[in-house]
Amino acid sequence: MPATDEFRGLFPGALEMMILQSLRYRPMHGYALAKHIKSSSDDLLQIEEGSLYPALQRMLKEGWVESEPGVSAKGRPVRLYKLTEAGLSHLEREVSSFAKMFAGISRVLAVAGAQ
Amino acid sequence: MNPIRQIFSRRRLYSELSESMQEHLAENIDELVEGGMPREEAERAARREFGNATLLEQRSREVWQWPALESILADTRFALRRLRKSAGFTITVILTLAIGIGANTAVFSVLNSVLLKPLPYPHPEELVELRQAAPGAPGLTDFISGLHLSASMYFTYAEHNRTFQALGIWNKGTANVTGLAEPEEVNTALISDGVLQSFNVPAVAGRWISSADQSPRGSKPVMLSYGYWQRRFGGDRSVIGRSIQIDSQMHEIVGVMPQGFQIVNRDFDILIPLALDPRHQILAGFGYEAVGRLKPGATISQANADITRMLAIWMDSWTNGPGSDPHFYETWKITPALRPLKDQVIGNIGGMLWVVMGTIGVVMLIVCSNVANLLLVRAESRQQELAVRSALGAGRARIARELLVESAVLSFIGGAAGIGVALAALRLLLAIGPATLPRLSEITLDLRSLAFAVALSLLSGLFFGLIPVFRYAWGRLPLLQGTARGAGVSRDRRRGRDILVVAQVAMALVLLVSAVLMIRTFAALRGIDPGFSDPEHLQTLRTAVPALLVPDPRQATLVQNNILNRLTAIPGVTAAGFAWGVPTQGIGHNWDDVFFEGKVYPNNEPPMRVFNYVSPGYFHAAGTRFVSGRDFTWDDVYGLRNVGIISENLAREVFGSASAALGQHFREYPSMPWHEVVGVVQDVSENGVDKKPPAMVYWPPLSKDIFGPGTFDATRAATFAIRSDRAGTEGFRREVQQAVWSVNASLPVASVQTMQEIYSQSLARTSFTLVMLAIAGFMALLLGILGIYGVISYAVSQRTREIGIRMALGAQRSELRWMFVRSALALTGTGVVIGLAAAIGVTRLMKSVLFGVSALDPIAFLTVPLVLAAAAALASYLPARRAASVNPVEALRAE
Repeated sequence: MPATDEFRGLFPGALEMMILQSLRYRPMHGYALAKHIKSSSDDLLQIEEGSLYPALQRMLKEGWVESEPGVSAKGRPVRLYKLTEAGLSHLEREVSSFAKMFAGISRVLAVAGAQ
Repeated sequence: MNPIRQIFSRRRLYSELSESMQEHLAENIDELVEGGMPREEAERAARREFGNATLLEQRSREVWQWPALESILADTRFALRRLRKSAGFTITVILTLAIGIGANTAVFSVLNSVLLKPLPYPHPEELVELRQAAPGAPGLTDFISGLHLSASMYFTYAEHNRTFQALGIWNKGTANVTGLAEPEEVNTALISDGVLQSFNVPAVAGRWISSADQSPRGSKPVMLSYGYWQRRFGGDRSVIGRSIQIDSQMHEIVGVMPQGFQIVNRDFDILIPLALDPRHQILAGFGYEAVGRLKPGATISQANADITRMLAIWMDSWTNGPGSDPHFYETWKITPALRPLKDQVIGNIGGMLWVVMGTIGVVMLIVCSNVANLLLVRAESRQQELAVRSALGAGRARIARELLVESAVLSFIGGAAGIGVALAALRLLLAIGPATLPRLSEITLDLRSLAFAVALSLLSGLFFGLIPVFRYAWGRLPLLQGTARGAGVSRDRRRGRDILVVAQVAMALVLLVSAVLMIRTFAALRGIDPGFSDPEHLQTLRTAVPALLVPDPRQATLVQNNILNRLTAIPGVTAAGFAWGVPTQGIGHNWDDVFFEGKVYPNNEPPMRVFNYVSPGYFHAAGTRFVSGRDFTWDDVYGLRNVGIISENLAREVFGSASAALGQHFREYPSMPWHEVVGVVQDVSENGVDKKPPAMVYWPPLSKDIFGPGTFDATRAATFAIRSDRAGTEGFRREVQQAVWSVNASLPVASVQTMQEIYSQSLARTSFTLVMLAIAGFMALLLGILGIYGVISYAVSQRTREIGIRMALGAQRSELRWMFVRSALALTGTGVVIGLAAAIGVTRLMKSVLFGVSALDPIAFLTVPLVLAAAAALASYLPARRAASVNPVEALRAE
């Protein structure tokens, strides 16, 4: 299986985590999701919008998100992605392990910087 | 999501995916346009932001796929399509593989069913053959089956044993069934109580023959075999309780045994209770086979000890009649020699089956090299394509995988067809039904055989698939140097497949030479006059007149003479006689130096000669021809005349001819009176037809001094040979035994069998080996032809252009034909030379199994190469003719 090279520079699972987190508050369709991630990252993350889709398919397959027909803010018929129970618990696991990893990395960097 | 459901819902998923992506783009474009961007520019920007939509869609789809598997599936579909396009190649390969895998699977099934599978009874490891040895009574036992049980032994063992769950005795027989349709002779097994309990296989209908049914005064109800039940009664269940007329007596049918059930290796139609009366049994009558089921955990050595203990009880409990000493049997040194029932069932066929498996394995090697060759040729013709693909960036692994997938596809189709071939071969084998093959009815293509076929397909696919892979995917990749114009095939590249063809021809030659030698051995064996005639109608039985019973040798001979009189009085008996042993029976013969009068021997040590002691009329009964002179007479015997008969080969050796030996004299040791040669009989294959008949001296059965200086004795243990059309029937066996016992009820009767049974035991192994080798050789020939045909016809198709040029330049069609036939013959010739060298080595190893033919038999070594050459010529002529019919204009138009 090809590696997640859609978001260059992101570690594996990071894109999934951000999508799940974005869907936590309300179901969104693809375009809205891309815009949401872009704007909330203050455009710091250079992503190809299309790379959301393989990630979304993976999460659909895992059962972390569900899709249902819906309507966009502009009244277009779209496919809305919604977080599932399994997706929520996966997200929480991922966030806590990411937090630990991040804390660990920060400490090592802090010690290294002090020397 | 469930992976199966995924596959079916994929189409919907894909369309939803592409809709979402389309909407995404459309929405982005709309927004940009609303922001004031021109539409075209907006579209470009949106696409740029989105990325490579096609690639991303592909990636998204792949989430739902098993990419490795699916690309292999795609390769498979591609391979199938390509194979369909070259039907000739495909059919050749699949046919070759089918034959090879089929034959190997068939032989493996036989091996598996006969040797590897446990016997088809519950807990077969507990089953034993109750076998006994009696080294003290060498005349009565033979080395194949030892000393059989007597009925009194059975009663003793059944009652007193501590190690058996059940044990019983049985006998084979034949009987006449009347009153159904036409009178029919059926195979029977006569069983005592304990036999069915030992096998412990429940009846498929009705019930077992019970202990109560064994009452000697009862009505003796019978059971049917499944086959007989189906054949005669159509499997009708209402047959239980009906009566059947067996040997003119009505018997009630109480049950049917299930399909495939046999008593050891007896494929019976009807089971009849022996119904022995314990009150009328004596010690003697060692005529029954015995089977027992050990208690769980009991070992064979424990059971042997148990029987040793019971032998004493046996001698204390029974008698041979008033005045006889029951402990006389102590001199026989009877010892139990139990063995697992499987050993008895399989007999000595094991080693032979492995040899056949090895032979058929060589055939598989031929198959693989054959197919490898064809694949090489094919890969060669695809070289352009492969070069282009690798130039376009196909990795070596990708090309290797494709080549391997193609060979895997071929080997699996071949394997599937091979299973069909194996099924047909097994059906054929069962139809021929070689009587010598034990457990014949159990031979099936079971799961293990199927697994073998699959594994063989896989392995062979890998084997012949790897050769082109190494050559074309891993070897130095051919560059795009040569185009289609380099029409010829370079010498270097042709060498590889030439070697394979040569190897094939060589292997086929070795197998064929071996097969021809075997066939000639078989013919020689069949053609041999074994020194007796019509063995099917020669009943034999062994009996002994113990010195304790009849001390006077003359009286003992008189007893035997009386038995002969009674035997000849049985209706249908045309002749009877007795001898120390009959041919191939395995009764150990005496032998000693024999001096012929007037001959001088170095160191006064003449050669040893084998002895036999024969009654008047024995040769006539056995069908042994007198070459010259006369038979013994009873006057010779009782008058203690010093006469003897010698074999033809001995007469020729010593006197040059049979008639010259008449009237000559011989003796065993210097103090012995000279004996006159009164007759010369034809040579007799004493040790089996495949062994040279020994030089024999026949003495009268009663004589002074022939058992050593100062002795006077009779041939007390003897095999009676009775010539009758009724030989082998149960009724006749009973009458024969009665005839013996009517002379003296204490006489033991053992080994009641026809000469045919003795004879085929000695031939059995050889004949089956021969048949299997012949089949292997035939297949090798067929494959060799297929191989040569395949290679030549491929070469023709590859060289179409060259042929066209040659013809355009004026080559004659006949010359072109000859060109291809010649190249095939050159390959065959090389293969034949190598094969001949190998065959000389291999056939030398076969010497011990050959008979009547030299290991370097000129017929085999001349005909096989000729047959191969003819086959090669034929195999190459057909494609060569096609080559010669090439239209030069057509051939060159491709340019």
